[in-house]
Amino acid sequence: MENDVILIGLAGVLASAAPVIFATIGETFAERSGVVNLSVNGTMLLTAMAGFVAAVLTKNVVIGFLVGMVVGALVALLVAFSSITLKLSQVAVGYVLTMTCRDLAYFLGNPYVGMEGVRINVVPIPVLSDIPILGTLLFKQDIMTYLSFILIVVAYIWIFKTRPGMMLQGVGERPAAAHNRGANVNRLRYIYTVLGGALVGISGPMYSLSVKAGWQGTISGLDGIGWIVLAITIFGAWNPLRAAFGAYLFALLQWLGLVLQPVLTGIPSQVLQAAPFPLMILTLLFVNIGDAEWVDRVLAQLPEATRRTIVRVFRALRSQPPAALGTPFERQ
Amino acid sequence: MQHDEKRWQNLGFQLGAVVLALLLTSLVILAAGAPPLDAFKQLLKGAFGAKMNVADTIVAWVPLLLATSGLLVTFAAGLWNIGVEGQIILGSIFTTGVLRLLQDSNLPPAFIIVLAVLGGMLGGGLWAVLAGLLKTFGGVNEIFGGLGLNFIATSMTIWLIFGPWKRPGVGSMSGTEPFPESLWLPTLPGLRLSIWTVVLGIIALVVIYFLLQGTYFGLKLKAVGNNQRAAFLLGIPTWQYMLLAFFLCGLFAGLAGAMQVVAVYHRLIPSISSGYGYLGLMVAMLINYQAVWVAPIAFFFAALNIGSIQLPIALKLDSSLAGVIQGSLVLAVLMVEGIRHRLVRK
Repeated sequence: MENDVILIGLAGVLASAAPVIFATIGETFAERSGVVNLSVNGTMLLTAMAGFVAAVLTKNVVIGFLVGMVVGALVALLVAFSSITLKLSQVAVGYVLTMTCRDLAYFLGNPYVGMEGVRINVVPIPVLSDIPILGTLLFKQDIMTYLSFILIVVAYIWIFKTRPGMMLQGVGERPAAAHNRGANVNRLRYIYTVLGGALVGISGPMYSLSVKAGWQGTISGLDGIGWIVLAITIFGAWNPLRAAFGAYLFALLQWLGLVLQPVLTGIPSQVLQAAPFPLMILTLLFVNIGDAEWVDRVLAQLPEATRRTIVRVFRALRSQPPAALGTPFERQ
Repeated sequence: MQHDEKRWQNLGFQLGAVVLALLLTSLVILAAGAPPLDAFKQLLKGAFGAKMNVADTIVAWVPLLLATSGLLVTFAAGLWNIGVEGQIILGSIFTTGVLRLLQDSNLPPAFIIVLAVLGGMLGGGLWAVLAGLLKTFGGVNEIFGGLGLNFIATSMTIWLIFGPWKRPGVGSMSGTEPFPESLWLPTLPGLRLSIWTVVLGIIALVVIYFLLQGTYFGLKLKAVGNNQRAAFLLGIPTWQYMLLAFFLCGLFAGLAGAMQVVAVYHRLIPSISSGYGYLGLMVAMLINYQAVWVAPIAFFFAALNIGSIQLPIALKLDSSLAGVIQGSLVLAVLMVEGIRHRLVRK
């Protein structure tokens, strides 16, 4: 009995990580091409609202997801246009968009707050769901969670094992070289930024139609997740597998927070909700600190064996962004 | 002659951006099922309709003025101090802490208030330095460090309100126990507005203006912001300057937080910073980081915030409309400016 509860809890962790995976992989695509889409937090809120409202009005969840996808792609198109064509600061435009989309979500979603909604159901896969343990964990999920598993693998293969993926890497690392080899750098950046935005746009309705079904306005509890997504993209070193690991870790910690709440009665729930953020800072610290100059100096004074171990740990954790991230491409 | 023409052209583009933003917002209001003109009228009425509304707009203007002024320093150094929101919160926390510590002492109230405000400034400054240290020594981008620290600051406030600083009996979202009136900054009769805060806000802006425009320090700061490596090679200690920029911005944000406690709420409440830090970033972007424009644009944004409070009652619209207008405006101005540049280049 006890084991079943834990197993169902862990299956829930996989499901609640699914939107984070969609958004993180979307952002990974955009950043791999060299464009930071900082609007993720606002996009997720706006698409969560838009997808929910669309699904409620049409009584059709598929339309909810499609609307989320289109809205996410449109926001990303704005980011792409201003950063690629107009060469504006990606951070500035992304920040304004993230704030504006958030307020837009609260403003337009206001009449629908607390409204009875629709949601997607769990679809057990025949035969496979009867496998002990793994069946409950992996094969009694909703469609979007299955898709999140597939997305991780497809995105990984696309980026690292296919020709277009190699081109994508080239565009983000050395756009001039990619250009010389015949890549249309700016067009590829447009495509991947908008594709990434569409994936982020799917993650919003995944909350409002599944993981945290409904729309509750400012108390939906979604504000902030988009920033975690951006941090997991860095933690994931722009690699879908490592990003997925980060997303599962995040979902697991959130679940543990919930499970442990009755034990930690002294801590108000609002404080526990903020727990991911110090963790976010710490993880970013761990993946970056190995590059700091002063760390080298301190390490140089340690005995050789210890130094080697620490350097190895830092190198394993290390996460280096695509070299051309955030910079516009100028044809010579 | 040529110069004049260019100036008119610029003005034309900027007016175009404002019109574009107004059109966008009108569409959004229509989508929410309300007549746009009525909504704009309500906003104006809410911000300036009566003496009390004007006073409230000025009350909102001061922290925005302080936060934006501080942000000009970090922007000059090329830093995206998104953590300014949390720095305001820490200002409020430190101010509340000092007031709680000294409220039963025999010190004169004016002296306690001064100490509390200084404490608040220090709190904001330290929180900013933390983001700065994470950046300079930990390699954590200030956007993520700052944002994380913002969320931590918020939950710290809530923990204090429900934990160590809770009201006698049971803690509540309405905040900590209000301080005795002797520890309030004097306000204008019948209004929430204290003239002291306005004076401090204006002094802060003037200080920042001269610091950035008229001092060697400001010049070096801009050198760090423009080209960190070149500045370093020229002998400017870059990381020290970056930390100093963070600290200065934190001082101003902390002052804003202190004002929220001693002049506006007289206690610590969960949403003490009211998003003025995030809004300050928008103001700074809209004015293209020019100190001369801080006061009027911050005033306009404050008016939108206060004006929108009426919307739910008058038109059943959510008050987040203010944010939609502010955001569309900044976005339109940024993009139109980008389009102008592109056209000029060709």
